[in-house]
Amino acid sequence: MQLSMWTYEGPPHVGAMRIAASMEGVHYVLHAPQGDTYADLLFTMIERRKARPPVTYTTFQARDLGGSTADVFKTACRDAVDRFEPDALLVGASCTAELLQDDPGGLAKTLGLDIPVVPLELPSYQKKEAWGASETFYRLVRACVGNRSRPDTVAANSCNLLGPTALGFRNRDDVREITALLEANGLDVRVVAPLGARPADLAMLPEAAFNIVLYPEIAETSARWLSKAYGMPFLSTIPIGVAATRRFVAEARTLAGLDGQASNDGDRLTWYSRSIDSTYLTGKRVFIFGDATHAIAAARIATHELGFKVCGLGTYMREYAREVRAAAREHDVEPLISDDHLEVEDAIVEARPELVLGTQMERHIAKRLRVPCAVISAPVHVQDFPARYSPQMGFEGANVIFDSWVHPLMMGLEEHLLAMFRDDFEFNDETPASHLHAHSPAPQPAETEADTPIALSDQDTRWTREAERELKKVPFFVRGKARRNTEHFAAENGIHPITVETLYDAKAHFAR
Amino acid sequence: MNQLFSAGCATAPTIRQRGQHEVFCGLTSIIWLHRKVQDAFFLIVGSRTCAHLMQSAAGVMIFSEPRFATAIMEERDLAGMADMHDELDRVVDKLLARRPDIGMLVLVASCPSEVIKFDLSKAAERLNRVHAPRHRVLCYSGSGIETTFTQGEDNFLSALIGEAPRPQSPADAARLVIAGCLPDVVEDQLARLVSELGIEKVHFLPGRRSSAMPVVGPQTRFILAQPYLGAAAAALETRGARRIDAIFPLGEEGTTAWLQAIATAFGVSAGRFHEVTAAPRKRARAALAHYLPWLEGRRIFFFPDSQLEPSLARFLAREAGAEIVEVGSPYLHRDHAAGELALLPAGVALSEGQDVDRQIERCRASDPDLIVCGMGLANPFEAEGRLTKWSIEFAFTPIHGYEQAGDLAELFARPLRRNALLDTGLTAGQGASCS
Repeated sequence: MQLSMWTYEGPPHVGAMRIAASMEGVHYVLHAPQGDTYADLLFTMIERRKARPPVTYTTFQARDLGGSTADVFKTACRDAVDRFEPDALLVGASCTAELLQDDPGGLAKTLGLDIPVVPLELPSYQKKEAWGASETFYRLVRACVGNRSRPDTVAANSCNLLGPTALGFRNRDDVREITALLEANGLDVRVVAPLGARPADLAMLPEAAFNIVLYPEIAETSARWLSKAYGMPFLSTIPIGVAATRRFVAEARTLAGLDGQASNDGDRLTWYSRSIDSTYLTGKRVFIFGDATHAIAAARIATHELGFKVCGLGTYMREYAREVRAAAREHDVEPLISDDHLEVEDAIVEARPELVLGTQMERHIAKRLRVPCAVISAPVHVQDFPARYSPQMGFEGANVIFDSWVHPLMMGLEEHLLAMFRDDFEFNDETPASHLHAHSPAPQPAETEADTPIALSDQDTRWTREAERELKKVPFFVRGKARRNTEHFAAENGIHPITVETLYDAKAHFAR
Repeated sequence: MNQLFSAGCATAPTIRQRGQHEVFCGLTSIIWLHRKVQDAFFLIVGSRTCAHLMQSAAGVMIFSEPRFATAIMEERDLAGMADMHDELDRVVDKLLARRPDIGMLVLVASCPSEVIKFDLSKAAERLNRVHAPRHRVLCYSGSGIETTFTQGEDNFLSALIGEAPRPQSPADAARLVIAGCLPDVVEDQLARLVSELGIEKVHFLPGRRSSAMPVVGPQTRFILAQPYLGAAAAALETRGARRIDAIFPLGEEGTTAWLQAIATAFGVSAGRFHEVTAAPRKRARAALAHYLPWLEGRRIFFFPDSQLEPSLARFLAREAGAEIVEVGSPYLHRDHAAGELALLPAGVALSEGQDVDRQIERCRASDPDLIVCGMGLANPFEAEGRLTKWSIEFAFTPIHGYEQAGDLAELFARPLRRNALLDTGLTAGQGASCS
């Protein structure tokens, strides 16, 4: 058993629902107890969809367990096909139904339905949401493609976009941005799937020259199968960030047999980051956590495009631990592979970042620690399905990223003034960045610095009163770091207690 | 009181359908119970789905270090039953080390734990032996196969009553127990009114702390503040307590009838009753009057959710002049709801249980002015150009008592007012195509 206050991912059948809800003409009959329909409101509330997800639940109750839950399933299945007339049917079980072992796939077969039926085996007690989505998409692609053969001539510039789904982080706008970018570069985007595709579209996947995997955790398995079965190459460079987008376009053009480099149309991040009021961003310590794709991309942007210092990098996706470990080496930090948010919180406290880039959960942790934060990855809440155009991918995506990552930080002049005049009655470091005031209420009066976990120090390290007072003159967002460095320095050199001199000796020692 | 039960649609045939239920399971009631009982921690023994349900349903509240969590069962737990109890002990130790302030640990059974017949009551007994008196441990079921939404609270309360101290002498026992979780502000208002009627030794169940348990015995009378407390009422009755029958304290009429039932049971004089209730009754009617123009003559359709539906429909029909098309309830406790059903106008369709697709068809065909439904249905209905009031708000908003009568009407009036304010240009059917 695992004690869990919060989970980064839902159960695998939610992943399957995301695939069904992404597509048109696909219905999902889910053998599940009463109450599991809560998942509908992820789509109708968080993503604000206008239609119910195409999911029929059997919603069996205790009294059904005495009778035949298999019959309940068969009835639900038959009714769903009659009512919704889908082109293809997914059938599967949720965690409770998995224990009943009614075999939805076998039962659906006995109904003699005249549409493709895709049985899903999703081990709920082992796997999670992203895995469920990936597996479902793979099964569906295989079922819809069937034994089709590839056309003799395939236009070299034709490609499919694989991976975007319902409830994906900014997938709606990423697709628009990347499609426009590819088309401007002479590529012909054929099928986008699963988002917006029908089963008939999936059947046409082998008719393109190659595949582009935008979200590997959803579509890499399918792309590998298409590569093996049809010799379709696939491109899995993630176009998040300016450099990555350039590389992505170049690779796509190469695959399509086109030459020449892409233009940088629309990239403002490069200039904004170069402009002089971005110099104060240099070396800002940033902690990054999220799904593997977004975390790795964020680390590259942070280091090479914004000039931050990555002080922590991790993911909750064990399936991509290897990739994240490699990226962590690249940025010279310890990788954090964990789906326990308490562990993530500890790591953030330990790393003393000045900015946290994470999920909805890190937003909360950062709020508690009073560290600026921006959201870069699912899981997210309703505010990260915005009305406005907000891709993460491509050049406009980089523009969005520049704004949303820099925005939570203190503006440069404000930061300087804080350091110069610490005792200003309205412009002090207990006051949040002035442009954020509406979003970050003043701290509770009881919450002193000592209560804030980020400023906690070892109980046995003693500071003189003067040294403590001097430490408070360090701007609050780097104060935790200064305290820790000083304490390390004191411990290493056997200094006790810590004086004002020790503080400045440590500062000279660790100067960055 | 009796004339209330004589007329109306008590004999109207109930639509009973079996199909997909679009409802929450009983685990969801933890969301308000953990705020009410301030030293209780609710530990769900379940799957990742249970944990995901709780954080999805609890929205942003999950982030304020809630006093609930899930012990997620894993593959190896299912492989051998013997070590599941060890695993649970380990999780509980870890939890109590993290939250030593917990006075009462509540183990909550879920669908998976019930299907594998994991004996939580045995586990609770064992853990209680280890951790009591510092941490009392009890258990109940909030599984979807056993409970719908508010029924989770019902099971929790009946578990609490099972633990309640027995009277040593008749003088120990509570005179009146008011059962059903109420917002603190409502509890205080009702406590004041009952005290002004001259009734002493009144206890609310649940209390605000786990130690505040009433002593229940044959001298105790109890009244339900919520309509979904079948099991809790039965548990109180096995202790010898006797129920005061009443409709529920929603709206001016409901609150008055509810208080009148208490007053009658305790022999409060008509003069005293009038003196205590006259002013708040007048206030409630005045507050209500603001919203009548929005609600009079409106046709309202209720999907099942919390069992509050018959009471809400009665309030809307009798105090706001609305027309009720269909009242859906996940479950109808015939005895407890009898008063409410008797007050509903003749011809109101009642439905118990659900086949959601067929209910949606009935709803569309009747084309109501306002649909009271869950969040899985509300936006899709709105996109069809229909107006909805999402129903779980009734479980999270203070709506009981005189001072909330206006607020209750406002909850229904708000979507109608909003529709009048916004020029959305949506017409029926338009939104359905853009999914």
